[in-house]
Amino acid sequence: MRLNFNIEGGDFTKAGSASSQVKKTLKQINVSPTIIKRVVVALYEAEVNIVAHAFRGNISVDIEPEQVHVQLTDEGPGIPDIDRAMQKGFSTASPKVREMGFGAGMGLSNIRDNVDTFKITSEVNKGTTLDMTVLISDNQ
Amino acid sequence: MKISDIVSAIDGTIICGSQYLENNVENAFASDLMSDVLTLKLQNLLLVTGLSNIQSIRTAEMSDIQYVLIVRNKEVTADMANLAEESNMVLIKSPYSMFKVSGILYQKGLKPVY
Repeated sequence: MRLNFNIEGGDFTKAGSASSQVKKTLKQINVSPTIIKRVVVALYEAEVNIVAHAFRGNISVDIEPEQVHVQLTDEGPGIPDIDRAMQKGFSTASPKVREMGFGAGMGLSNIRDNVDTFKITSEVNKGTTLDMTVLISDNQ
Repeated sequence: MKISDIVSAIDGTIICGSQYLENNVENAFASDLMSDVLTLKLQNLLLVTGLSNIQSIRTAEMSDIQYVLIVRNKEVTADMANLAEESNMVLIKSPYSMFKVSGILYQKGLKPVY
């Protein structure tokens, strides 16, 4: 099953609505709550990143019996130094993003902690792509 | 601690979820930083926050947090209340500060997450 969402940069009123939809779908097909939480926490952080930093983006979620694979692509400023962006506490977020309760430099590392595979690529002034997978195993 | 006891201890007003007032919760976490809330592994807890916007409710939804307490009587918008209701949450607000709410609830036996 594949779910697709278009995300508008800067629109905090809708930030998280794609993650919410994915959560409902995973619940409907009886994925375990532990797996659902890992997927949606990672996805929500990444969705907020698109809203906070990019002009627009797309989220594609592939739900398979063994895994949930999520790809987020955005058009935006890109990340000049990914290693630095991955460090806890490093942030380029605007005051508006901080007012929404984010922008403390915790998002990317929290995403990585919740997923089984994590790959981020970025080109400055073009955009960023994040690929991540959460395995659905019997040892949930 | 019973949700109804929490509401009376902090002079709370129930915005939605009054059908869950007999539920019990053991732990609480107080934060305005939603990324910090999203790192919590525990689920059955009360979130105490001064951040009154749609993202505090979204964060609770993603984190499987059913109980949210907004401090300092900050305005709760209709969008927040609707999302909380849709997610089967109990949304409470209190006139007290985060420090006072935390102190009262800690004294009454709610446990910290860390």
